[in-house]
This record gives sequence, C-alpha cells and structure tokens, in this order.
Amino acid sequence: MIEAFVSQIRTIWRILLHSFTKAETVQYPEQKPYLAPRYRGRIVLTRDPDGDERCVACNLCAVACPPDCIALQQGTREDGRWYPEFFRINFSRCIMCGMCEEACPTNAIQLTPDFEMCEYDRQNMVYEKEHLLINGTGKYHDYNFYRVSGLKIDGKDKGEAQNEAEPIDVKSLLP
Amino acid sequence: MPTIVIDGKEYEVPQGENILEACLGLGLDLPYFCWHPAMGSIGSCRQCAVIQYQNPEDERGKLVMGCMTPVQDGARFSITNEAASSFREFIIESLMVNHPHDCPVCAEGGECHLQDMTVMAGHRDRRYRGLKKTHRNQYLGPLIHHEMNRCITCYRCVRFYKDYAGGSDLSAMASHDHVYFGRHEDGKLESPFSGNLVEVCPTGVFTDKHLVNDYTRKWDLQSAPSICPGCSVGCNTSPGERYGKLKRVHNRYNPDINGYFLCDKGRFGATYVNSEKRIPAVGRRSKDGLFDAIDSSQALTDIAKGLSTSKVIGIGSPRTSIETNFALQNLVGQQNFCTGISETETALVSACIEAIKESGAKIPSPREIERCDAILILGEDVTNTATRIALSLRQAVRNEAFNMAEGLQLQSWQDAATRMLVQDERSPLFLASPHATQLDDIAEGIFNLSPSNIAHLGYSVASLIEGKKDDAAKKTDANDYGNIAEALLKAERPLIISGTGVTDTSVIKAASSITSALVAKGKETYLSLIYQEANTLGITLLDQGQGPSLSNIFEQGENNSIQTLIIVENDLYRRAAKHKVDKLLQAADQVIVLDILDNETCNQADIVIPASSFAECEGTLINFEGRAQRHFPVFESKHPCRPSWEWLTEIGKISSNKNMLEWQCFDDINKACSESSSTLTGINEVAPDRKYRVGGRKIPRQPHRYSGRTAMVANLSVHEPKQTDDTETPLGFTMEGHSGDRPGELIPFVWAPGWNSNHSVHKLQTGSEGELKGGRSVVKIESKKLIQSKQQVKSVNQNNDQDHFIAVAMYKIFGTGELSSQSPGIIELCESESIELAIEAADKLGVSNGDGVTAHGVNGTVDLEVKINDSLISNCVGIIQGMPGAANINPGEGLSLTRSENWVRRSEIISSDQLGGKNV
Ligand code: SF4
Ligand code: SF4
Ligand code: SF4
Ligand code: SF4
Ligand code: FES
Repeated sequence: MIEAFVSQIRTIWRILLHSFTKAETVQYPEQKPYLAPRYRGRIVLTRDPDGDERCVACNLCAVACPPDCIALQQGTREDGRWYPEFFRINFSRCIMCGMCEEACPTNAIQLTPDFEMCEYDRQNMVYEKEHLLINGTGKYHDYNFYRVSGLKIDGKDKGEAQNEAEPIDVKSLLP
Repeated sequence: MPTIVIDGKEYEVPQGENILEACLGLGLDLPYFCWHPAMGSIGSCRQCAVIQYQNPEDERGKLVMGCMTPVQDGARFSITNEAASSFREFIIESLMVNHPHDCPVCAEGGECHLQDMTVMAGHRDRRYRGLKKTHRNQYLGPLIHHEMNRCITCYRCVRFYKDYAGGSDLSAMASHDHVYFGRHEDGKLESPFSGNLVEVCPTGVFTDKHLVNDYTRKWDLQSAPSICPGCSVGCNTSPGERYGKLKRVHNRYNPDINGYFLCDKGRFGATYVNSEKRIPAVGRRSKDGLFDAIDSSQALTDIAKGLSTSKVIGIGSPRTSIETNFALQNLVGQQNFCTGISETETALVSACIEAIKESGAKIPSPREIERCDAILILGEDVTNTATRIALSLRQAVRNEAFNMAEGLQLQSWQDAATRMLVQDERSPLFLASPHATQLDDIAEGIFNLSPSNIAHLGYSVASLIEGKKDDAAKKTDANDYGNIAEALLKAERPLIISGTGVTDTSVIKAASSITSALVAKGKETYLSLIYQEANTLGITLLDQGQGPSLSNIFEQGENNSIQTLIIVENDLYRRAAKHKVDKLLQAADQVIVLDILDNETCNQADIVIPASSFAECEGTLINFEGRAQRHFPVFESKHPCRPSWEWLTEIGKISSNKNMLEWQCFDDINKACSESSSTLTGINEVAPDRKYRVGGRKIPRQPHRYSGRTAMVANLSVHEPKQTDDTETPLGFTMEGHSGDRPGELIPFVWAPGWNSNHSVHKLQTGSEGELKGGRSVVKIESKKLIQSKQQVKSVNQNNDQDHFIAVAMYKIFGTGELSSQSPGIIELCESESIELAIEAADKLGVSNGDGVTAHGVNGTVDLEVKINDSLISNCVGIIQGMPGAANINPGEGLSLTRSENWVRRSEIISSDQLGGKNV
C-alpha cells in the first residue's frame, strides 16, 4: 500500500522534471527533422553509373513485398537488356518495410528519406515507372549489374564482364 | 519389397529401384541433376552421394552415388552423414564455379532446379576467385533460347534429345571443360520435342523464347489443369497466365499419356490465345460489309427469334469441346446438327470405330504403347499427326534393349550400361507410308507405297499371320512381308498403328484384319488409330451418324432450304472446296459464326460471336483412345468472349428450348450430355464437379507467392476489385485454398517446399513414374459402346491415267493445325507450300520449289505452291492439309497437274527473329 503510494509520487515527480528539459518536438513542416539516408521513405528506381535503368524486371521485389503492392512486366530491349515495360507501386498499400530494397539484386529499387507523399485522392498514390525512376544512382553509386552478369548486351560481349575469361573456342582441342 | 535403413530408420521400398529414386519416393530430399525419372541414371553429376554401410557394425561406410546404387534388402544408408553432405556441398560448389551471375535475368529463376539444389546442398558463398569460363550462344530457332554460360554439364539435354527423342542435331561438343551443348551450327532445333529441353535442362541454358521476351516468373503465373487441344492424343498441360495473356505451357504429369514430355505444338502452339485476330465483340455485318459491334443480348434475342421460325442448321467442330457440340446439337436438333468434319474424314473415322469394334484388340494409352514390343505403322505419319505418340514409339523399340539388360540382371534405369550393351538392337518397327517419315531411323523395315498398296500390304500380313499360304501370290507376299508377320507373331504385345491420316478406309480395314488375325492367335494385341483433331472421336460419338453430312448441307444450301446457319468454331474453308462453301454461305439467309479467331468463314458471316479459347473455359475432349478429359479455364479473358456452350445455352433459353431451360452451369450441360446417350455415359465423372471442396476449400490457381495483388490493376482503380468467384469449377482465381493432395485432374501447377521446378512432381507421385497420390479419374469409353456412323461415302474416282496423280494427305506438325499455327514462334515455322511432288513429277512439269502448279481435280482447278519431296513415290502428290487451297482437293482423288503459268513466287521471307539473333 505504502509502496504503491511512493511509486505514484515518484512518477509525478519525474514527469514534472521533464518540464525543464529541452523540447524534442520540431515545428514541422516549417522545420524539417534530420532523416538518415537509409531512412525508409518514398521508393525510387535508380540508374546505374552509366545512366541506364538499373531494374532488370526480375520480380524479386514484387514477390518479397508483404502487401503485394509492386507489379511490373518484363520486356527485352533491342540491346539485349531486360527492363520493366511498366513498373507500378501502389503506395496506398506500401508499408515502407524495405523488403523490396533488400531483395533487389541490382540495387535498383531504393527507399529514400522522403515521407511527404500524402494525397487527398488515393488514386494519386499509385506510382508508375515515370514517377519512380530518378536520374541517379541513389545510395549505391558503383554497382552495375550488367558488368557482373554473364548476359551479353550491346557494348559488353561475352567474356567482357568482371572476372570472365574469353569465350571458349569450341573448335579448339587445345587444353 | 526390400527393407532398407536410411539414417537409422527402416523403410520398405520397391524392388529394383535405386537409392535416389527410393529416397525421393519416401519424401526424403536428396539433391540430384543427371538422373531423370524417365531417362534413368548415368551417375555423371555426382550430386546424389550418400553413405552406404557394409554391415550393421560398419561405422564409416563408403560414399556411393544414390542414383547408381540399387536397393537391397537390409542395406544401410545415410543421407545426413557429414561426409556425404559435405561431399554434396563441395560438388555443387564446383558445378557453380563458372556459373554466371544471371539469376535476375534468367528465365529459369524461380523454377530452377539448380537454384533449388544449391540451397538444398547448402552451398552459400562462392570461394572461387579466378576467371569464369564463358561461351557464345547459338540461335536455335524461334522457340528455344540458348544461354550456354549457365550449363553445369549434367548431359541431360543430349540424353533427352538424342537418346530419348531420337534427335540428331544437338550434341555435346568440344573436349574437357570446354564441353559445349548445342548444334553444329546456328539453326532451328529439328526435333519436334525440342521444347522439352526447357524442362529437362536443370538450368537456364534452354528456355522458352516466347517467355524470355515477355517474361513472368513461375510464382506469378495463374495456372489451371488443361488438355492440349493440338491433336487427338490429349496431353495434359499446365498453361500459365499473367495480365490477361497466356504466357507459356508446361507439362502436367499424367502417367498414362504424356508422362514428363510434350511435343512442341502443345508447348508452343497455344499462344494464339493472345492473338490480335481474336474476335473483339459481338458484331453484325452492316450494309457496307463491315462489322458493327452490337449489344450481345439483342443479338441473342434476334438469333433466338430466327430459330423458331426458320429452318436452322448447326455445324459443330471437332476442335472444340463435347459440351459446345452438345449444346449446338440440342439447340438445332439432332437431325440438323452436322459435325463439320469433311465427308472423307467422317468415313475414315467410321472405319476406325468399326475396326476397333471388330478387331477385339486393346486400345493402348501412350504409356502402354511404350510397352509394345513389335509395331507396324500403316500409313499414318505419327510424328506429324499425333506427335507425342512418336516419342512413345521411340521408347517402345527399346523393349528389346530392356529384355537384353534384364537377361544380364541389369536394371532398366542403368541407362548408359543398357545403351552400351544393346548398341543398335531394337524391337521391330515396320513402317508403310507414301513418303519418308521422321520415324524411319528406328524402323526395321520401311515400305514406300501408295495408300492402296499399303492396304494390300496390310491384308497380306493378315493372311500370313492367319497362315493361309495356298496360292502363289501369297508366296511373293511372304518374301516381301514375311518378316513383319513373323515379328508380330513373335512379340508379346504387338501393336498396329493406323488412322485417318492416310485417308484410305481400306488401310484402316487392313489394320483391323491384322489385329483380328493376331487376336485369333491368342495374342495380347494393341490397335492404335489416330484421328486428326482433339475431339474428332468425341463429336463422332455425339453425332452417332444421325445428323446430315457436310455435303448433305451443301445440297440443302443449293436447294435454298437453309434459312439460318450456325457455325461453331469451324472454318469451313479448311474442310471443303471454296466454291461449295461460298455457295452455302450465300444461300443461307442468316449465317451466325461463333469462333475464337477471325477467319474466312467469319468474314462471310452476318453475325459473329466471340468464343472463349480452351484456356478460358472448361470443356471435355475425347482423345484417340476414347479417354475423356477436362480442361479448366486458366484465366478470365479480357475480351468479351464466353464459352460457346454458354452462348448457345443462352440462345436456347431465350427460344424456350425445353432441354436447355434447366441448364444453369457447365455441370448441368455435362450431366445432360452424359445422360443423353449410353456411349457418352460417364463424361461427367471426368473431373470433380463445381461443388468439390477439400476441407471446405477450393483449389487455388495461383501459387501462394503470387505477387502484385494490390498493384496489378491499381492503374485503373486503386480500390482492388474482389477476386472473381469461380462458380463453375472447384478451382479459384486466388492464392488461397487447399494445395495438398488433390485429384490429378485438379492440379494446376506443381510446387513443394524446397522444390520450385517441375521436379517437385515427385512429391505428388507414388514412385518415379507412378500414380498421383491424390488419385485420378480415368474415364475411357469402352470399345463395345462405340457407335459407328451410318454414313457411307461414295468412293472417289481414281483415274489412273499416266498424267494422273493420286492425291495423298500430308500433315505438318507446324501448319496443319488451324489454331496452333497462329501462335507466335510457330508462325515462323509454318511453310507455305500446299503440294509436295516427287522429283520425277516436278521434272516432268518443269517446276521447282516455290513454283505454282494448277491441279485439275473433281472440284475444278486450283493453284498450289510446290515443294519437292524426293521421298514421295512418283505417282502420288502430297496435299499438305491446312495450307492455302488444300481443302479444294479430296485426298484419294485422281489429279492431273499442269505448270501454273501466271504464278507469282513469293519473295523469300527472312526469319524475323531479331532478338534471337541479337542475343547470341
Ligand atoms: S517497402 Fe515493403 S511494402 Fe513497400 S513496396 Fe517495398 S516491400 Fe512492398
Ligand atoms: S528487385 Fe530490383 S531489379 Fe528486380 S524487379 Fe525489383 S527493382 Fe527491378
Ligand atoms: S540457371 Fe538457375 S541458378 Fe543459374 S542463373 Fe538461371 S536461375 Fe540462376
Ligand atoms: S545444357 Fe542443361 S541439360 Fe545440358 S548439360 Fe548443360 S545443364 Fe545439363
Ligand atoms: S543424379 Fe546421381 S550422379 Fe547425377
């Protein structure tokens, strides 16, 4: 009984003390809080260091997404690259979990420190590729999937990717 | 059954299996690459290593390859033993040393056996830091994409392609670790079974080219159990859809029919479903000759009104379901229902049914064909008309090999050893055909004869079997054909194959007399008769010879006694001479056409109605054995099409057709059909009805990982639509529901934890080529219930003047099928020629490939494009079915030919496969 009483008093005292500490609340939106680069906000599709679309339409982000809010269709470009013919994220469903970014093997899809994406009309929360694709590499500057992958594309023949040997001459019997 | 011990637990396993097979059968996971349930073991990949102990005291054991070690009573094994598992991990690591960093851009990803096995074997980090080996790809035609870097040299591709399917243009090349799997030069893979490489290769070296360029991962495909509508074999397929498009067709395991393999027509010939030629709406022809889209209910009411006041004829189709034809038959009445099969073909089908009834032989399934040990093919070009059977025949001739192996106590799965032992020894197969066929390479005897001489061969063999050797003629026969008779008599399970393809009823009768003779000798005899379309047998049984024939309809048209003509899924211009069809369509006051793709008949219609394709509706097809099978809708079409049976039922209801008033759903039609005649009884038991549930739950068409549910159509509206309730079938357009053991006819796709590829099917099987655990309904129409059509056909005049040729029907796997030939990829493979000439004939006429000849036949004259075939016997010309102008000539008729003077050669068309060429 006495113990409970003391506990109550101690709590009230502590709350009182908070009146004299520095306020954490900021005057949003006039004043913006600091958000770390790895903050999980609005999603973008990035480009590789050569300026080409990074996404190869592998569908891994889509399958990793818990609310299933990513949909896309693969296509093959003239130069041999896979790319998304369309890429859609329904942000009214997105829970900003970042699973898509984690799943992405090309660093194409990235979450950014931007959370200001409220809309009066939910339909405007549906982003297409033209809304998602930015002109930069995002957080990861160097990675270029096609420099690593074995697929031949224009400007990168077989054997020209990282750690690749010259293509084998099938007709040669030399060791 | 021997009892073996695996990791301390006792299991009973089937005698004669190997440990790998046994483990998989027991539900234990053991990684493997080179073993294949249908192709056996060669022990080359070393992935399936287990520890075998010598005796109960042995603690160390030795490493053995599971796929090469037979089970023995009392033997002790360990899968989990550290030595075995680290060996397996090491093996996969070395297989992966040169593997490219390709999964995201690899069409195998998500259903890749290599991915699955890598995870299963526990290999995670690549330690190798050297340079990776690379290869250049090849252009392998419009169907298959090649990406050689991904190869792990398991040799399955060549074992399938060469050893199993008899192909010759794919092989392992170069030496040591330069080994390369491809063709000697760029070019289309010639085997009609090349598509199986997509599933046989455990990696992404061979992938479906159509899919690669419009790709969807397996986990995103909505699938349903389906039946290939390409020919009369009825292979089971699993077509997959995404965004309203049919993306690809995979094999669906059925132990009786296709097993693990499909033909290329089945695999690549279904994407016509996405064609631009789909009929976009219900349309009425306006005065200017163009079609206006009209309200469907108004159109149906108008049609129904017409039905009650006028003479109506309905023409059905052998390429669509029993239910559609049954609905049409009910709508117009049996006496006004025509099967839409040409006169000649109807007579042939009748002859086949008669042969089955009279001969007393068994009708084998493709699986049973594989067990037959002496084969005679009379006239039928099986590779082109019932392609999957050709693959079964290639296995059947191996029975001799299995017998020899058994003599040495070698198990049949010891593939390399068996092949080494027997070299070129084969069970006998004899072939009689007017031209060379793709089975010639496995034939012991090839007889190049005209159809009437094939019949003569058949009768001679029959009398030799019967042992009537009195007159001199029989002696020459014995010289020529004695070995056939002898081989058939010696065999345990002789098989005679013929069919409607040879277009001569006497050949079928000859086949029947051989089988009768063999049956009389007490042989377990098999008779396989091939029809030309997926439901030819079905519609013939439905009609029972009661309805009018096509030429009867033409006559009625000429007498102007037809007011309304309803044509369902049938392009009449492919069935009969153009001038006859023209006349008929003009004579009828109102022509109503229901079809999937636009065609010439549609162009002549007054009202066209868009019908659902096989992938968008359910239906029952009856294959060449009389086996009824159901296909289910894979997806809802974005076109305003509906199943033909639904349109017809609607019309029937509006016109108060008393049979049809009670039909509320597919099951009702199906049941009514089953009750309508004793022949078709049971076709409603082909698959569970719409009320079927497992634990109250439906069976999902989508894998549980199906992605994009809340975004796929969010561009149209952010409010997700409710998933369509499928009230017609036990399947749901959803990822939720029961996915455990299901009846075989309700398995939309296969998947098991850790097994994403089609190899997961072993989790659903009892044994490697065994039955499905969930059971399977097999509905086969018994031969004694078959009813023959009464129609008799006047035999066509055969004028055997010197200038005269006999027209024989020829078939092409790509091109003869009306719908499959409209599929991208296949379009490129279809030739355009309509007539094949022997060299002598071509020389005489002074024509070469691509020139035109004018054929003067019973139906007048027609210009046809020439192809020279040096194997054709010289008094025959091959009329390639399904090609332009071919329907103007009745197979069997006498023709005279002249060079066509005003023929314009087509400019050479260069294959437009840009991507295929580019990615190389
Ligand atoms: S952040 Fe999470 S919910 Fe949003 S798109 Fe990515 S995976 Fe989906
Ligand atoms: S995971 Fe990355 S590369 Fe793959 S589809 Fe998504 S964004 Fe594109
Ligand atoms: S073959 Fe399999 S493991 Fe190799 S890149 Fe393709 S998906 Fe990945
Ligand atoms: S191409 Fe495929 S099937 Fe052939 S050896 Fe390589 S991995 Fe095996
Ligand atoms: S599966 Fe046994 S060695 Fe390849």
